[in-house]
Amino acid sequence: MEQLEHSLFLVDLFNRAFGKPLAAVLALLGVKVKDPAHLVPDYIVMCLIVMVVLMVVLGLASRKLSLVPTRRQTILEFLVETVEGLLQEIIGEDGKKFLPVIGTVGLFILCCNLLGLIPGFMSPTSKLNVTLGCALTVFVYYHWQGMKAQGVLKYLKHFAGPIPLLAPLMVPIELISHFSRPVSLSIRLFGNIFAEELLIVVIASILPFFLPLPFMAVAIFTGSIQAFVFVLLACIYISGAIAHEEESSE
Amino acid sequence: MFKNLKPVVIALVFLFVLSGSLLAQETQPGQLSPARASLYKIALIVGGAVIALAAMAGAYCQAKAISAACEGISRNPGAAPHIRFLLIFGLVLIETLVIYSLLISIIILMIKWGSYV
Repeated sequence: MEQLEHSLFLVDLFNRAFGKPLAAVLALLGVKVKDPAHLVPDYIVMCLIVMVVLMVVLGLASRKLSLVPTRRQTILEFLVETVEGLLQEIIGEDGKKFLPVIGTVGLFILCCNLLGLIPGFMSPTSKLNVTLGCALTVFVYYHWQGMKAQGVLKYLKHFAGPIPLLAPLMVPIELISHFSRPVSLSIRLFGNIFAEELLIVVIASILPFFLPLPFMAVAIFTGSIQAFVFVLLACIYISGAIAHEEESSE
Repeated sequence: MFKNLKPVVIALVFLFVLSGSLLAQETQPGQLSPARASLYKIALIVGGAVIALAAMAGAYCQAKAISAACEGISRNPGAAPHIRFLLIFGLVLIETLVIYSLLISIIILMIKWGSYV
């Protein structure tokens, strides 16, 4: 697979600028770096670019809020309202407090997916490292929120199932289904974005510049849908974790 | 001057685009022992079959989901946003399984089996 990749200009620039200082810092911590010119991999540079772009664009966005919204403010209000509407629909009224984490993960994945379509950049989500990071974030977050909402012992008792007698059967099943969630989240996102990018590369090797265009249009569509489904599944997992037992009040 | 420039520019763009196919290279086949050669053949067939079967099954199941959604919307147009949401969600979950098998197929087809047997 490595012969399909070439090093990107921005990644080389970053490595030339920050490779030696980072290698020196790592040497202080006792890690020997073999090759400071290729220290930082391409997906980390792309993640940093997405981070900086999102922080600058959205951080500057909350300045100068007016009652009659400008065009930029309308777009951003639409984004926030979409995620808030999703949270309220799935989790309920107190879903709004999860907006920062879920909104950040959703916007990060959306921008990462769309970044790969710009020439000279690559999608960080086309590597399993990045998607596994996003999936593990959601995994840790929904367990933590569940334990915070219900208490640690009561949350762990949910793994035993409704009837205590069935616990030896239910606990392995529940554990497997809970551990399959980050696996499926990460592999779904990774598979979609990586396969789309591989398809574009192969098509571009047949007739570059014109033939990949319809495939890139499809890639915009599937990238947005995959980000939406990631956020949707995260909301469903959170709602399953913090759901209070309504049926015990008989 | 401007009128004469346009056909030249168009010709140059076409030349530039078509020259992309000149980059395709030919590789020489190597010599492999019969055991490794048969493993390569089996790996190619299996890799192609895995994704073909998964695409067939995935497409059939997604077709059932879409037809049920269309029928539901036609019976009750007021519920269209809910049905559309459920449709997209269901399609993504079915497609996840197809993607799993696509990844396995990519792994099978990209491994250099010659260095392993």
